[in-house]
Formats: sequence, structure tokens, C-alpha cells
Amino acid sequence: MSDATASGAAPQIAAAAQKVSVKDLFVAFLIIGATSFGGGAVAYLRSTLVAKTKWLDDKSFLELFSISQSLPGLNTTNMAILAGDRLCGWIGALAAVVGVILPGAILMTVAGVLYGMHHERPLVDAALKGVAAGATGLIFATFFQLAGKTMRGWWDLLFLAAAVLLVNRLHVSVLYALIALGIAATIIYRPGGAAERSRAQ
Amino acid sequence: MNQIPSLIAVFAYISLLTVGGGMAAYPEMQTLTVHVHNWLTDAQLVHFYSIGQMAPGPNMNMVAAVGEFVAGPLGALAVLLAFYAPTGLLTLGVGRLWTRLANWPWRDSIQHGLAPVALGLMLAGAITFGKTSLDFGKVAGELVQFNIIAAVIAAAMLALVLRTKINPALLILACGIVGAIAFRSP
Repeated sequence: MSDATASGAAPQIAAAAQKVSVKDLFVAFLIIGATSFGGGAVAYLRSTLVAKTKWLDDKSFLELFSISQSLPGLNTTNMAILAGDRLCGWIGALAAVVGVILPGAILMTVAGVLYGMHHERPLVDAALKGVAAGATGLIFATFFQLAGKTMRGWWDLLFLAAAVLLVNRLHVSVLYALIALGIAATIIYRPGGAAERSRAQ
Repeated sequence: MNQIPSLIAVFAYISLLTVGGGMAAYPEMQTLTVHVHNWLTDAQLVHFYSIGQMAPGPNMNMVAAVGEFVAGPLGALAVLLAFYAPTGLLTLGVGRLWTRLANWPWRDSIQHGLAPVALGLMLAGAITFGKTSLDFGKVAGELVQFNIIAAVIAAAMLALVLRTKINPALLILACGIVGAIAFRSP
């Protein structure tokens, strides 16, 4: 196991790795998992990992975050796994990801039970329609916030439009849309290509 | 009627599509859980996702509610493991490799390329979601009225999230109260 950790985790944080116990990691992520209401868990992660505990510096945090965005899986759980792995190896990754999921997962299981019992009541149904309309607004708000931060240039717009067209209009499976557009976009942004240079500016 | 093997297969597959967030996988989740397996209705899936926005932690913990609804507590556990374990292992493996590939030029190309694709898939998911959440189906004669109220709530939410710093989970809770009043049966 020490072999895997040594080859997998970045060497510069080896000193930090010794300070963080698996239990500390689990508790820290459990608290994030129980208190990060309303999305934006990244802000909670940053305040815990960088500001409060100083387990990661800002640069490592941003590096892990950019990796977590390019991989399948949710940003929050990917960050838990990457940060846990850096600090304590695979067992740290497991502790962190279980910690961050557990509170919400228990609550949502209970929500599933309550939903099964009460969703046919008219008042509950009416409230759920309001909640669903609100969630729609939240999803679009999140989209606009992310788009404002990451969209640069015509190629980005083209790939965004192509994804919507393939999934919503042509009813292509998300899997095929993801693979086809992911490969096409990677080629467009190939190293040394014109799109990559214009984006870097 | 044991649905657990199918639940595992569906949610393990869906988890691999959550590039850039859970919404990207929403259209596929709708196809598989509603139209292929008939576990729940379009509206019920929207309800679970929406309730999930009020829970702490990753917003896709709503999959636990779907698992519970379909197959009880064991269903919830199976779905959680299926949804988080495969991508978790992938992230662990690729994360280590990725760190060592810091100077590989294609790494930036993949990251730049995937960003707009992930965002487009998220928008596609949002549109699929909105088609259900803002349209309550065939409630004879009242369809249009319901649509307008839901759209107004959604627009107000959008503006409040973008313009204020009020916690979105609280705002969604407020939308529930507004909904309980606005959509109550006469």
C-alpha cells in the first residue's frame, strides 16, 4: 500500500499526509456533507481544506478541482476522492467520499420513504410542484453562472449548441453525444492548434 | 419483483455520464427510469431531483430516494453504491495518472474541450427537466394557468439565485410554500 501511495500521491505533500489521520479526514468531510446546503459545495470544500485545516494550498486545490471537472462523477465526490487520496492514500479517499455522501444519502433515503407515503396528498403535490419550479430556476442559474466563467469564443458556443441539439432535438443518447463531442472538441483544442492558442490568450 | 439488479445497472451507467455535474445525465436517467423500466413517472423523477436540491452534500444523493421508492432501503443502498463506486474508482485511478501527466500537452486539450461539451449536456438536461417541471400535463383546462405560475416561480428563483446571496436551499423551500398555496386544489 505504501508503494501505491508513494507512486500515486504527489511527493510534495508527503509531509502533510503524515499530519492528517483518516479519522480527521472522515470527520471533516462528514461535516461538509452535513452542512453544504444549496449547492456550491466547492466553496465549502475550499474553506475547510485550504483556509481552516491548511491540508491543501490554493494551488493544489485548484489543480485537483480542474481534474475533478474533467472526470465522470460529481465535483464534490471527485474532490473528496482526489483530496483524500493526496492526504491519506486510497483509504483517505474512501473515508472522505463516504463522509461527504453519508448525511445527504440518509436524508434522501428518508425523503424517499416519506414521499412514498405522502406524495398523493393534494397539499404535498402542490408544494412539490412549487419545489420543482424553483429547482428549474436554480438549475438554469447554475448553468448561467458556469457559462459566464468558462465559455470562451465561438468553438465553445458551437460545442454547447451541438450538445443541446443532439440530446434534445435528435434524441441521441447522452453517452454517444458525450463521446462524439468530447473527441471532436479535444481535437479542435489540440496542442498547438489555432483554437487552443486563441483560447489561451 | 426484484428490481435491484436493474437499479444497479441503470445507476452505474448513469454515473459515468455525470461529466461536469449530475444534470448532464438527467435525460438518460429519465429515459431509463421512466420510459424503459417504468419505475416512476416523469413528474416523480422531477420531484426527487428537486427535493434533492434541499439536502446537504452532493445534489445527486437524490438517487437514494429513487432507490428507496422503487425497492426499499436495500434499493437505496444498492443505488448509492452503483452510482458512486464505479466513478469513484475511476477518479482514484485517473486522478493519480492525471497528476503525473501535468506536462502532457493533450491534458489541457481534453480539459478545454470537455468544458463546453459538459456545459451543453447540462443545458440539455435542464431543458429536459424544465419540460416536465413547468408543464403539469393534462389537467383539463387548467394547463396554461399552471404553466404560467410555475414559469414565474422558476424565473423568480433564477433571478434571486443570480442577484442575491440567499442560500438556494432556503429559496427552494420557499418555492414549496408558494407552490402549496398557488397550486392547491380548489
